Amino acid sequence: MKTCLVVDDSSVIRKIASRILEEMNFQIVEAEDGAQALEACKRELPDAVLLDWNMPVMDGFEFMVALRQLPGGDVPKVVFCTTENGIDHISKALHAGANEYIMKPFDKDIVAAKFQEVGLIEAPV
Amino acid sequence: MTPPDYEYLRKLLKDQSGLDLSADKQYLIESRLVPLSRKAGLQGIPDLVQKMKNGSTSLVAQVVEAMTTNETFFFRDKIPFDHFRQAIMPEVLKARAARKSIRIWCAAGSTGQEPYSLAMCIKEMESQLAGFRVEIIATDLSQEVLEKSKAGLYSQFEVQRGLPIQLLVKYFKQTGEFWQINPDIRAMVQHRQLNLLHDFSQLGAFDIIFCRNVLIYFDQETKINIFNRLCKIMEPDGFLVLGAAETVVGLTDAFKPYPDKRGLYRPNDARAVRAPAGLVAPRIAAAAAGM
Repeated sequence: MKTCLVVDDSSVIRKIASRILEEMNFQIVEAEDGAQALEACKRELPDAVLLDWNMPVMDGFEFMVALRQLPGGDVPKVVFCTTENGIDHISKALHAGANEYIMKPFDKDIVAAKFQEVGLIEAPV
Repeated sequence: MTPPDYEYLRKLLKDQSGLDLSADKQYLIESRLVPLSRKAGLQGIPDLVQKMKNGSTSLVAQVVEAMTTNETFFFRDKIPFDHFRQAIMPEVLKARAARKSIRIWCAAGSTGQEPYSLAMCIKEMESQLAGFRVEIIATDLSQEVLEKSKAGLYSQFEVQRGLPIQLLVKYFKQTGEFWQINPDIRAMVQHRQLNLLHDFSQLGAFDIIFCRNVLIYFDQETKINIFNRLCKIMEPDGFLVLGAAETVVGLTDAFKPYPDKRGLYRPNDARAVRAPAGLVAPRIAAAAAGM
């Protein structure tokens, strides 16, 4: 089973995202901010990270930069999921190593489409 | 939108059109019906629902039409576009090396996602297409839909279903809450209003025809008639791409399936079927009998 680290400071968003991802057969690990997420990645690297941008302690962008420097940290697929939907933020994230980008609000179809895009799940036949 | 309004619309759509919305499609209803309610001079969805409950059949018809047609997104189903890049274009490039022109028809162009997806594929292949003239003709029954396609303006939801983020960044500009496809991609697509039931021979000959998810709305006889007319305006070495739930098998000999590429067809060498629909009709019975 693939694992997905869901990083968001909103427990409601974490819950919604986790439910969608569990339906897609992911095992979920949750984190409330970038620092917690980084600790989780140091223990065990996930297959995927669904990542909010604005969070207390360490934001999503700082976390991703740190993750990419860990041994093997270039492997997890990072999909941003944020209200930061300006082209400047998107470009900055892609440039720093994000694989995909979801602009909130999101739904199951969008998460599935984006996870297919980066090869985390199979396209429906 | 209140849950009772959502349930009312869900049931109405199911009863009227067979469209079966899951419990989480509020955004889809809002994206289609908020503009419709404004056009009808109403305050929004609650107002719209109230008017329908009071018996406005014309509103019901408009709501059903708005919700059932033109369901499309960028790179819809993905596989046909893999076929386009990996099978169709390499062959067409070789076959047209002398003529250096390629003509593509999107026969159900709808709001532009399919023709623009093809245009982006072509733009990405630019280096192999030096000196080629590539025409993409998008047609649709509805003028309103074509206007939306021409504008190339999409909501945040529309650009997130099927469109890789790298292509969004590369080929779209953000304008307020919307995203508009760049002028150079828009200029690659020509738009024409067209009903597939009518003669379309004036469009000229095509190397590639995308005719996806439109024939499902027609009966067998009409499908056969359209297939045969598609075959007539297609180059003998051309390609036909159908939707995931569509096939020519059992309907016509005009096209044959391309090996191992689902949804992809080529004209039959024999070009056997040139008969009017009346003479073709017995084939339906033969197909139904399991031939």
